[in-house]
Amino acid sequence: MGRLIRNALTMLVVMTVITGLIYPMVATGVAQVLFPHQANGSLIERDGKPIGSELIGQYFDDPKYFWGRPSATTPQPNNGTASNGSNQGPTNTALRDAVQQRIDALRKVDPGNTAPVPADLVTASGSGLDPEISPAAAQYQVARVARVRHLSEQQVQTLVAQFTQGRQLGLLGELRVNVLQLNLALDSQQVH
Amino acid sequence: MTANDFIQIGIFLVVLLLLVKPMGRYMAHVYADEPNRVTRLGGGVERFIYRLCGIKANEDMGWKQYAIAMLVFNVCGMVAVYVFQRVQQWLPLNPQHFPALSPDLSINTAISFVTNTNWQAYSGESTMSYLTQMAALAVQNFLSAATGIAVLIAVVRGFARKTTKGIGNFWVDLTRTTLYVLMPLSFLLAMLLVSQGVIQNLKPYVDVPVVQTSSYAQPVTDSAGNPVKDASGNPETKPAQTTTQTLPMGPAASQIAIKMLGTNGGGFFGANSAHPYENPTPFSNFLEMLAIFLIPGALCITFGQMVSDRRQGWAILATMLVIFIPLVIGVTAAEQSGNPILHSLSIDQHASALQSGGNMEGKETRFGIVASSLFTAITTAASCGAVNNMHDSLTPLGGLVPMWLMQLGEVIFGGVGSGLYGMLAFAVVAVFIAGLMVGRTPEYLGKKIEAYEMKMASLAVLIPCALVVICTAIAVMMPTATATVGNPGAHGFSEILYTVTSATNNNGSAFGGLSANIPFWNVMLSVCMFFARYTLAIAMLALAGSVAAKKHVPESAGTLPTHTPLFVTLLASVVIIVGALTFLPALALGPIAEYLMSAH
Repeated sequence: MGRLIRNALTMLVVMTVITGLIYPMVATGVAQVLFPHQANGSLIERDGKPIGSELIGQYFDDPKYFWGRPSATTPQPNNGTASNGSNQGPTNTALRDAVQQRIDALRKVDPGNTAPVPADLVTASGSGLDPEISPAAAQYQVARVARVRHLSEQQVQTLVAQFTQGRQLGLLGELRVNVLQLNLALDSQQVH
Repeated sequence: MTANDFIQIGIFLVVLLLLVKPMGRYMAHVYADEPNRVTRLGGGVERFIYRLCGIKANEDMGWKQYAIAMLVFNVCGMVAVYVFQRVQQWLPLNPQHFPALSPDLSINTAISFVTNTNWQAYSGESTMSYLTQMAALAVQNFLSAATGIAVLIAVVRGFARKTTKGIGNFWVDLTRTTLYVLMPLSFLLAMLLVSQGVIQNLKPYVDVPVVQTSSYAQPVTDSAGNPVKDASGNPETKPAQTTTQTLPMGPAASQIAIKMLGTNGGGFFGANSAHPYENPTPFSNFLEMLAIFLIPGALCITFGQMVSDRRQGWAILATMLVIFIPLVIGVTAAEQSGNPILHSLSIDQHASALQSGGNMEGKETRFGIVASSLFTAITTAASCGAVNNMHDSLTPLGGLVPMWLMQLGEVIFGGVGSGLYGMLAFAVVAVFIAGLMVGRTPEYLGKKIEAYEMKMASLAVLIPCALVVICTAIAVMMPTATATVGNPGAHGFSEILYTVTSATNNNGSAFGGLSANIPFWNVMLSVCMFFARYTLAIAMLALAGSVAAKKHVPESAGTLPTHTPLFVTLLASVVIIVGALTFLPALALGPIAEYLMSAH
């Protein structure tokens, strides 16, 4: 038994060094050389300072911006250090009330738009940090954003198209629009 | 379901089937008794490790010796993970200065990671230091997977060998699995994941200014950090402004790679594979799904090769697919049809060219319905437990599928190694039932199946079932446990049933609305995880020891061939009947009741 425990403990130490230190350190080193942008969080930088990440959604509730997926993180939405979904069950009346409130909020800033709201725009994402919305959810908001910003719908459509990604390799996943990048582009267009 | 749904499921299955054969054959080389190209390549490192640890690599262990080595090694791992969590505040690589975790949570996490369950009652980005993640949790991702595979290989040797006591050497199987299988694959997958946007660094978290500031209600806490309540018992809040967003950082990709390949499933972040830094694109999602099934699928081929009859491996793989495919279609169809309680609102849940539609609560836009549903089925068929969408928000029938896939005993692919040795227990039961029908002594892979083998196989099949049913019953009688459910009605019961099912079958996914970080859950689930994992493994090693000692009986006219469609049907039926008879009553109280109530 003594020999067995010695075997087990030394094996644990050796494996901890190999898989717990050497492996992640080598992986970090190689990743930093091959894919530094991705390995460090796909940050969007302006004047050398990070102003956001392509992959992490921010919260928008101003009508001049495209709104992203509702976020259930606490205490504030899109909290980067507390990723989570709502975990509301499908038949929970709290879920229906939350969805109704989100529909009402969208209607309030765009009273003329009576189309049914695309599902992803009024349901909370899984991570609470979803950076993207469906093209349908973007289309729902184009007229509002154009009106508030005094742009033509065509101008806004061009930007939406620019930040729309198709299915990866033509087959995988879904079509999607990056909300933060789109809103940053809208803001920079306003300046010119 | 849309055409695209079928296409994405189809591509996954085709790529999987193309990969399992080369991978399975490679692993057969890794565990071969005679030296070969693979084992010669790493022989130097291997021998160095054995010398360092004082291991006699050519010692052939009997089943008891093998089981004791496995247990002692695993318990040492538990102690190490426990200690790391308790002292992380004094160790390096803790840029966020996280304090020690509570004793009950630390025990739960230690048992959870060592048993390959990876149930998480904590959220990584706000509790675990980088060192704890890398040197405690990720190490057990490797070692718990290697343990599962080692036990399987020993069980297969038991069938392949004749009139011997030895079923291999635990240390050699463990070392070879880690060096030749898990490490190279993990490194490759980690780099592919980083290319897609998974982070891999050791930097502190990054604060960025938000584009649009917004206001929110900040809960008020007293000096001890406890929430302050107002006169009516509601938490008090004060208005606050969001001006910055904190982006989490860390060595995520290296850990996520092994979390998928080892069917561990413990997320680097709280949201697991739904987190954009953990699973940023549809392609990363595809790779992660493939990584879950790759080794459990390939081990079927390895098994066929080792018992010198490749058809046996394909038959087992076919059985798994026969059960898996209809259930994938079931969950996808349920999710694509949307949430019925929202139909009366002004919401568009229909699939179109511009959106996936369907039940999007808890799902990410980039995955939509099919890539989320497929992931759900894969992660619960295999005992992985990583999630790319929140299972608690699945439709009633959509949530039934992952629950039942776990309740089948995690044998539809299942955990690496453990899934296949679980399925072999079912195969023994199936040949026994067939033997009863015709009145002959049953045989499997040339070995007579007698009373002792049947006892061990029945234990392996029934222990998880009994634990789930009994512990669920205990939990629903405890007010401390029922107070933790996050949703009302039948769904609250589903949360409890799912939790116990997941822990006992070493899956680790959750209906996350349940607040599991209380001493009751931490302790009870630790017991479930521990007993299910090791009683099953030991029962199968005992079975292996018994069949290894037997002679090989040549095939005769009365032998039931176990590679035919007939046997595949029989085996699938046994798995389904055991799963259905045991759990249908409980499922009727949970997801089925919820479905019937929501249907009108």
